[in-house]
Amino acid sequence: MKRSQIITFKIDGQDIAAREDETILELARQNGIRIPTLCYLESVTPWGGCRLCMVEVKGTTRLFPACMTYPQEGMEVSTVTEQLTTYRKQVLDLLFAERNHVCSVCVSNGACELQGLAYELGMTHVGVPYLNPSLPLDASHPYFGLDHNRCILCTRCVRVCDEIEGAHTWDVMGRGVDARIVADLNQPWGEAISCTSCGKCVQACPTGALFEKGKSVAEMQKRHEFLPYLALMREGRDGDSEQ
Amino acid sequence: MNEQFEQITAKEQAAAAKFDNAVHVCVAASCLSSQSDKVLETFQQQLKENGHSASCQVKGVGCLGLCSRGPLVAVSHRDRPESSELYQHVTPDNAPQIVAALVAGETAADLVCATDTPFFQRQTKIVLENSGHIDPERIEEYVAAGGYQGLLTAVTEMTPNDVIDEVMRSGLRGRGGGGYPTGLKWTTVAKADAKQRKYVICNADEGDPGAFMDRSVLESDPHRVLEGMTIAGYAIGADKGYIYVRGEYPLAVARLKKAINQARRLGVLGSGVCGTTFNFQIEIRLGAGAFVCGEETALIASVEGKRGQPRPRPPYPAEYGLWGEPTLINNVETFANVPPIIRNGGDWYAGMGTAKSKGTKVFALAGAINNTGLIEVPMGIPLREIVYEIGGGVPHGRVLKAVQTGGPSGGCIPEAYLETPVDYESLQQLGSIMGSGGLIVMDETSNMVDVARYFMEFCMTESCGKCVPCRVGTVQMYHLLDKIYAGQATTKELALLEKLCKMVRETSLCGLGQTAPNPVNSTLRYFRQEYLDLLLDGERVTAVATTPEAQP
Repeated sequence: MKRSQIITFKIDGQDIAAREDETILELARQNGIRIPTLCYLESVTPWGGCRLCMVEVKGTTRLFPACMTYPQEGMEVSTVTEQLTTYRKQVLDLLFAERNHVCSVCVSNGACELQGLAYELGMTHVGVPYLNPSLPLDASHPYFGLDHNRCILCTRCVRVCDEIEGAHTWDVMGRGVDARIVADLNQPWGEAISCTSCGKCVQACPTGALFEKGKSVAEMQKRHEFLPYLALMREGRDGDSEQ
Repeated sequence: MNEQFEQITAKEQAAAAKFDNAVHVCVAASCLSSQSDKVLETFQQQLKENGHSASCQVKGVGCLGLCSRGPLVAVSHRDRPESSELYQHVTPDNAPQIVAALVAGETAADLVCATDTPFFQRQTKIVLENSGHIDPERIEEYVAAGGYQGLLTAVTEMTPNDVIDEVMRSGLRGRGGGGYPTGLKWTTVAKADAKQRKYVICNADEGDPGAFMDRSVLESDPHRVLEGMTIAGYAIGADKGYIYVRGEYPLAVARLKKAINQARRLGVLGSGVCGTTFNFQIEIRLGAGAFVCGEETALIASVEGKRGQPRPRPPYPAEYGLWGEPTLINNVETFANVPPIIRNGGDWYAGMGTAKSKGTKVFALAGAINNTGLIEVPMGIPLREIVYEIGGGVPHGRVLKAVQTGGPSGGCIPEAYLETPVDYESLQQLGSIMGSGGLIVMDETSNMVDVARYFMEFCMTESCGKCVPCRVGTVQMYHLLDKIYAGQATTKELALLEKLCKMVRETSLCGLGQTAPNPVNSTLRYFRQEYLDLLLDGERVTAVATTPEAQP
């Protein structure tokens, strides 16, 4: 077990008391400081892939992902600067241009985290050319669907399925821009025998990539508030409470 | 143990003394691909037919250096060691000619490769000292050449701290490209608390286009790397090591496997190294063709059997590495430098090179250069000397335009800066990096936008896809470069490219993404006009030699 000391540091000028094993993102949220994220999901292992939670630390020119960085005594963290906002908008630019995100026909229109961040950061247009890839939709599962056009590869589904449900149905195949979320060994979701049809992945998905069948445009509300409770209840059951 | 080494050495020397002549045929990858194995067979067969197999030794050896003239064959004579010859472009067809000359005590003049050239004279060989002299598949020859002496000294006469001190004193820095002080890294891992055990990993996932230094070391002298790793294991308190070799190097893997078995049998690896209580096991792990697995955290994930994806650092592997334990990761060339440092002392090593970059560096010369091949030079040597003297200059009477170092993470250095000494800091100041040692020479026929596009395409296809800036940013930058090169872009697109370069560099998760814009940045810095010339609305200045400004 790690020794945890209590330290104090600053986020945006605000004094924060922290245990050494809490990340900057967790501490910011506890103190009501908003840091945008997409791949972060409370109760599963942080991923550090979306790069939206990058923060500046006084005394270094490097940027740090808040979701995976631990504070140190006396650290001064800035979460909103002109530079960070520019980078965050650019990340959204890249994501919107990567696949075919058409909000007006999306089940998650109005309840999408990607869309929400675009509003929040005041995005008015996409600054890079669209890649317009041709992507399939997997509707083989009886209750749920997977639309690769709306996937941002945050791997929240992968982690929630592996770490909370324990099924590990989802994983990532391929690399770079050709990476895809796959069920089992790249089978249609409906044929993936490891899937328990629990639906946690659907609730964890920040966009409309994973959705419940029967939902029409703007009807897919995601709820993942129950996940931390579930994770807490299951903690220690399989003997690896250290994690 | 020492007596055993002496016996082996004496036996090897006695065996070599029985032969009047020795024929060394290079059987490293480059020459092997030009049928040097057949050449070796022909020599053996011919000498047997002529009845000289008892007086002439024929053996396969590691890289002889000058790959562009391969297959290479070195012939030496015991009674007149000064008149040994090197033959170039030897084929199974012209091998009999050399045999005939050898038997007659003459030289086959038309096949001789001159060895009094700067390529052979200007090098300082430490890492490659045995390369081309010993048979890589026989541990006895390595021992006879002084091999495993360093390990023996370390485990029988030195404490782990003494070993680290020696490495620290040598000033050796990581040869994988970053140049992190090796002694400091070793100290960190040695001081880290392990839950159960510590690990040593050798990074042999050499993926830069045009780089083949590590391959050559592994194929020509595999025991040197094993010895270096074992010394490292002793110094940091690890009993287990992994060599992560890329799957594209089957010959290196085969030789390493053989070497590990031989070292175990001799007792310099495994349980009770050199008769002491120190244990060290080495296992080989194969890469599956992903460039990103050369990044240390992705490499660790791959060794663990997971998808080869990096994770943010800190925590660094020195603290939290393989299976969550303190792990020392060094590159092949770094480990290969360790045995001579222990054998000859850190001060000896620190006597070479510059104030901050000590020792020698192996470079793989490729591209528009006469002598493509492998060289080892002291740090601080000017680029010009490497290109024009050792490398023999640019072929076809063309003019040198730039030298690319550091592969897809590096940059292009224009002709005007060729006086720059080759060391970590100087190259960094020019916007490039030392990298693992790939050195690609470009002449005036290379278009720098095309060069940048090539490297961007490489990064794009090699991005793992974990973080957004690298996954999508490299694709966008590649498309922009493609558009510029096709002459269809405007100044607006060039501005967007520069904006993306900055963002991808600052926000990417691992080194691959952070350095992916380097080729673009460095070509923009020194050859901006080439970009402008291709723009639809760019300011065109034709036929004017631009003098790049020197600034950090």
